Amino acid sequence: MRIAIIVFPGSNCDRDMMVAVESLTGRRPALIWHKQNNLNPIDLAIIPGGFSFGDYLRCGALAAHSPIMNALHDHAARGGAILGICNGFQILTESGMLPGFLARNQELKFICKQITLSVNGATSCALTASLDHKETLQIPIAHNEGNFFADSETLNSIESNGQVVLRYTSDKYATSTNPNGSLNNIAAICSLNGKILGMMPHPERAMGKGHESADGRKLLHSIFEAIIT
Amino acid sequence: MQVIITINKKPGVLDPEAQAVKQSLFSLGFDDLENVTMGKQITLFIETDDQERAKYRAAKMCEALLANAVIEEYKIQVNELS
Repeated sequence: MRIAIIVFPGSNCDRDMMVAVESLTGRRPALIWHKQNNLNPIDLAIIPGGFSFGDYLRCGALAAHSPIMNALHDHAARGGAILGICNGFQILTESGMLPGFLARNQELKFICKQITLSVNGATSCALTASLDHKETLQIPIAHNEGNFFADSETLNSIESNGQVVLRYTSDKYATSTNPNGSLNNIAAICSLNGKILGMMPHPERAMGKGHESADGRKLLHSIFEAIIT
Repeated sequence: MQVIITINKKPGVLDPEAQAVKQSLFSLGFDDLENVTMGKQITLFIETDDQERAKYRAAKMCEALLANAVIEEYKIQVNELS
């Protein structure tokens, strides 16, 4: 399996993701600097979390125009898989590869905590097909701009096309239903073809062994499984 | 040519920061306050003597990068520099 992690100035989850991928696949993914113009053939591109370009202008706006993005657009046009996490999700919306926008959290606070997610039973996401829709996942979030917004027409089409993949839901203490004000409790969406997934939670921080949860491992495993088959 | 671009949230887009500022102004006694919007202003200098061209180029820049059409709208003001 050929996986590339795209690194921008200010990315800070690239190495955590590299360790997570290697622990699941036994193979170290390539780290690709954003100034590179092309990509060798890959099965999955991962855009990691962080603060690309210092979050200047809008989160992900400057990264969305980096040289590597042309290669990612080509990869997507060929039906290639892309996973964007947190800032990676923001870069995907800013580059137009995913609909909507990630606005400032409703409470105007950076939120860093474990949250509970439900898998949308109606999702058309090809990358998470093996996830159990009845189970919930415990994966942490860490963001200031994760408040998913889209106009009502876009939101309706996202919902009716099954593009919502994960939603924030109540945890066992029933305290963290919607941490940031996201419309329809949206935590992750996918592209129309189901191959581009953007999510605010950080699966690489829920890999078991010292982490509070191993559900991120479960989620990444389902993605890697989908790519092989 | 100097170009001043003002970017604001589209009407109907939630702006929690502006809401928080509004609440604070209310609590300071400014009870005649109707609404608060917060945006950003970007000043550019474009090499041209043609106002229309400066405006056109600035609009292109807004569409390409400076504003996000999902949530933002922009206004362009062109000033001839003496």
